[in-house]
Amino acid sequence: MEKGTDIRPSGNYFRAVSAVAWKDLAAELRSRELLSSMLVFSLLVILIFYFALELDVKAREKITAGALWVTFAFAGTLGLNRSMAVEKDRGCLDGLLLAPVDRSAIYFGKAISNLAFMLIVEVIVLPVYSVLYNVNLFNFGLIGVILLGSLGYISVGTLLSTMSVQTRTRDVLLPILLFPVIVPVLVAAVKASSGFLQNLEMSEIMAWVNLLIVYDIIFTAIAFMVFDYVVEE
Amino acid sequence: MSSQPRALQVLNILSVVLLLAAYALVFGFAPIEKVMGIVQKVFYFHVATAWVGMLGFIAAAITGVIYLRTQNLKWDIITVSAVEISLVFFFITIVLGSTWARPSWGTWWTWEPRLTTAAILEMIYLAYMLLRQGIDDPERRARFGAVYTLIGGISVPVTFVSIRLFRTIHPVVIGSGGGETMGLTRPMLGIMFFSIAVFSVIFITLFWHRIRLGQLADHVEQLKLKITH
Repeated sequence: MEKGTDIRPSGNYFRAVSAVAWKDLAAELRSRELLSSMLVFSLLVILIFYFALELDVKAREKITAGALWVTFAFAGTLGLNRSMAVEKDRGCLDGLLLAPVDRSAIYFGKAISNLAFMLIVEVIVLPVYSVLYNVNLFNFGLIGVILLGSLGYISVGTLLSTMSVQTRTRDVLLPILLFPVIVPVLVAAVKASSGFLQNLEMSEIMAWVNLLIVYDIIFTAIAFMVFDYVVEE
Repeated sequence: MSSQPRALQVLNILSVVLLLAAYALVFGFAPIEKVMGIVQKVFYFHVATAWVGMLGFIAAAITGVIYLRTQNLKWDIITVSAVEISLVFFFITIVLGSTWARPSWGTWWTWEPRLTTAAILEMIYLAYMLLRQGIDDPERRARFGAVYTLIGGISVPVTFVSIRLFRTIHPVVIGSGGGETMGLTRPMLGIMFFSIAVFSVIFITLFWHRIRLGQLADHVEQLKLKITH
């Protein structure tokens, strides 16, 4: 595809994005490989937290937000790795790159499907956590924070997992690359979540929500700009 | 093989002489701080090494972007050199800071914004090294490395802001600032700036050496390919 001769209608771009995302969701609907492993893993992490931290009633109030985000972050790397490894192993990535669409459409398609997987896992984990630890997690603020936090996590995670599957160390490398650069997301998401759960004043929470929004915008934009470089052959 | 350029040889000698001069000034001339005592002398080197780490960090972020624009492997060598120097000097800074913090703050480590950010920065650089090790193709290694330095270069300031926010909401008992809360006298400030200047020269010297090393390694690699083919 030459640059500068791009006269395709923009509707095509969105069709390409949704085609990539839909392909992933359809494949997952049939195999359920990724979601089932993410879910079981999340539940195991929650169980481990119970034994490791002796979550009594008092401790629960304080660390629920932290425990939830650690669970999401760990389960997230599992999903990101798997979703990219499938593309690489079966040669799908090369096929996608041959398609006459802008490369960034592939990025957004993958990011949307990854985000969908993460949100599905979160939607199931939240009520389970609520029941097991007897805390009420049904809170619109919390759900908003989870959306924003997952978006930031996935926007960087999709880019970095595309890089890590192309290296020799692969699966091992993703968390090492990802965790140090998503510290701001984790800090802000944990603080904002626990703020909503403890019914703090909005003025105390807003700074964290703003930070999440800023992070999401910056890193989605950057990933969009540099994605070309990580899939170039 | 070309020998070291004359300017670099001069820099070698200059670095050693200046470092010795800095030692002499810090240990012979700088007044002993009243409250903290002799351990305060660590501060002159702590600030200077942090400065060098910072220079390397900024250089790596900029040259990484230049590599992505130009796709010239020369810039990749420069980026790696900057990252390696920054990694080592930030580590020295953390160790020096800890030796100062133990008697002054009563603890080796606190989760203060600057300390935490420095630790996370080290993690990013270590991840960068691991990323490079896992890739054989030099062009891809350079591209991925540059993308990661760019991501790291932008996330580190955001991390700093987020941790600072974290701390203003939950204040710590132990002092949150190293440098600015200390009352520095005029000779102390003078020696501090001298020390920063000295380490800047050392930074340039090391940077130059490391870039040369990278170029020579490249050259060796090409010669090896010539023999085998």
